Amino acid sequence: MCKHTVLELSVNNHPGVMSHICGLFARRAYNVEGIACMPVNGGKRSTIWLLVDADSRLDQMIKQVDKLEDVLGVERHDHGHEVISKMAEFVQ
Amino acid sequence: MRLSGAEIIIKLLERQGIDTIAGIPGGANLPMYDALGKSESIRHILTRHEQGAGFIAQGMARVSGKPAVFFATSGPGATNTLTAIADAKLDSIPIICITGQVPLSMIGTDAFQEVDTYGLSVPITKHNFLVRSVEDLLWIIPAAFRIAASGRPGPVVIDVPKDVQAAFHEFETWPEPGEREPSEGLIPAEIRRAASMINSAKKPVLYLGGGVIQSDSADEALALAEKASIPSVVTLMGLGVIPTDNPLCLGMLGMHAARYTNMVLEECDLLVAVGVRFDDRATGKVPEFCPNAKVIHMDIDPSELDKIKRSTASVTGDVAEILTALIPLIDENARASWISRVQTLKKEHPMLIADADDPTSAYGVVLKAAELAGEQAIVCTDVGQHQMRTAQVYPFKHPRQWLTSGGLGTMGFGMPASIGAALAAPDRPVICFSGDGSIMMNIQDLATAMEYDIPIKIILTNNNALGLVRQQQDLFYGKRYFASDYSRSVDFIKIAEGFGIKAHDLGTSEDPAETLKIALSEPGPSLIHVPLSPDDPVYPMVPPGAANSEMIGGEKHV
Ligand SMILES: Cc1ncc(C[n+]2csc(CCOP(=O)(O)OP(=O)(O)O)c2C)c(N)n1
Repeated sequence: MCKHTVLELSVNNHPGVMSHICGLFARRAYNVEGIACMPVNGGKRSTIWLLVDADSRLDQMIKQVDKLEDVLGVERHDHGHEVISKMAEFVQ
Repeated sequence: MRLSGAEIIIKLLERQGIDTIAGIPGGANLPMYDALGKSESIRHILTRHEQGAGFIAQGMARVSGKPAVFFATSGPGATNTLTAIADAKLDSIPIICITGQVPLSMIGTDAFQEVDTYGLSVPITKHNFLVRSVEDLLWIIPAAFRIAASGRPGPVVIDVPKDVQAAFHEFETWPEPGEREPSEGLIPAEIRRAASMINSAKKPVLYLGGGVIQSDSADEALALAEKASIPSVVTLMGLGVIPTDNPLCLGMLGMHAARYTNMVLEECDLLVAVGVRFDDRATGKVPEFCPNAKVIHMDIDPSELDKIKRSTASVTGDVAEILTALIPLIDENARASWISRVQTLKKEHPMLIADADDPTSAYGVVLKAAELAGEQAIVCTDVGQHQMRTAQVYPFKHPRQWLTSGGLGTMGFGMPASIGAALAAPDRPVICFSGDGSIMMNIQDLATAMEYDIPIKIILTNNNALGLVRQQQDLFYGKRYFASDYSRSVDFIKIAEGFGIKAHDLGTSEDPAETLKIALSEPGPSLIHVPLSPDDPVYPMVPPGAANSEMIGGEKHV
């Protein structure tokens, strides 16, 4: 199995953002294993956590995500993130 | 002020300096058209297909370097724009498509002429908007211009529901027009590293692309080449960056390059890639591209760096700023032995141009037209053999002189793009080289050229075939010409005349050179018909997927 990593994105919150992000991964045949999204700051922004494979294409993927107009920041958590691990408990 | 959404859109476009909008009206964008009809500074060009409107906008943007706007209605109007938008994405052209949409309350109900324009345009735009309230127009329109023009330019779609166009909004002040944002600063260490690699290289080559044109830095690229005597190749999008008659110019690289051009790349020890994206038509099989070279890659878009080929050193930033910072650090160097080696390769493996002196031949007509049209001419093409021939032999002198669909390779691009070019540069000659296959894809816009008396000169090389496809069947599919020859031919002279366009036939002309001269100098649009054999090849050619060293055809003494 591939090693996983968690990307934490800070994004504008409007109805098209998810399709921009998920579409980008889908178009590049890069699977998103897990996803969580919550509004922050009263709803103008959201944070999205993506659980993805850490393969050789990941650097390019992050650069592409970073280019999206609605993405304000990308952080990479190579040791996982609580949000994803807590969520995982619900689906065990 | 109390204005409707439609009035706000038009006023904001006026404030952005937009003076021409191509498009087609329909139910869902009629409020915008009603407001546009009252504009005193914006002229509307009514096309016959929304794809044509998109390519007219592209023609304007490619010539001026500024964002251009086009309009379409919802549903079929919006779907008709998609190819032109995708084309702009791949060639990094700043255009803004404003579409009408069904009213907000009806979105998602399969209403008449409803289509998910936002969803359809996500993968083919730099960014897109669905406007949800009239007040949002005040920031969205300037944002669209900022996004289209900043960084690596690209297309933006703004989808505006009809009720948003009709709604009124009361406000005090106009927002500032959206402008290109200053780029992020350079990293000096990257520049120094690149400079020292260039200074210590024995056999460097500059590899220049559309990014140099986008950043208006052709002069700097030439200055760099000349200061350090660096032979320079250009991509299809980079034609015009280095004047073709400059001794350092090695022309286009890749699939249809001259033999010596690809051979110089085989031997170079340093490839300085500037504003290029290592497209497979340029590189051929990537592992065998410039096998002996270190690579420096300079680009404004960080996601292009190391995407296809890992570079030894990279420089992120606006190419104009990079070159300006780099040149003072570069040693003057005559590089006598490398230059002489390049000259030898050029002499031994030249670009052979068949029937160059015959204005009724495939290459001859390109050269004759260039001679007659002069240095200021803007040259557009469609897609096919005629495009590659023009790229190979046209004597380009200036950036933004050459308009072609590079990344997407869209047949139907040439004619409407040339209309846009003529609108943006009304005092320059505009020629469009097209093929009998390509011109059919937007032939309806001959009517647009006629109606607005736009003086484009269409040179139609007619081999009654899909020539470039046929050539691949010839070379790689055992000469099984399936679906690439037309079994009957159409009369393009009559077609042009039927559209109210002057037409000339070099095939029946007593003095073809004189006929071409008359056609190019008469007022208004003209079509020049040049019958060709479908068996005329474009050589050299690298088979798709092969290394650039595996060129077919175009050898001396063959
Ligand atoms: C919209 C579109 N459809 C199909 C193609 C594939 N294609 C590439 S070149 C070509 C033939 C072009 O024929 P023509 O315009 O007559 O030019 P020629 O090669 O004969 O000069 C085709 C079909 C394309 N590039 N664009």
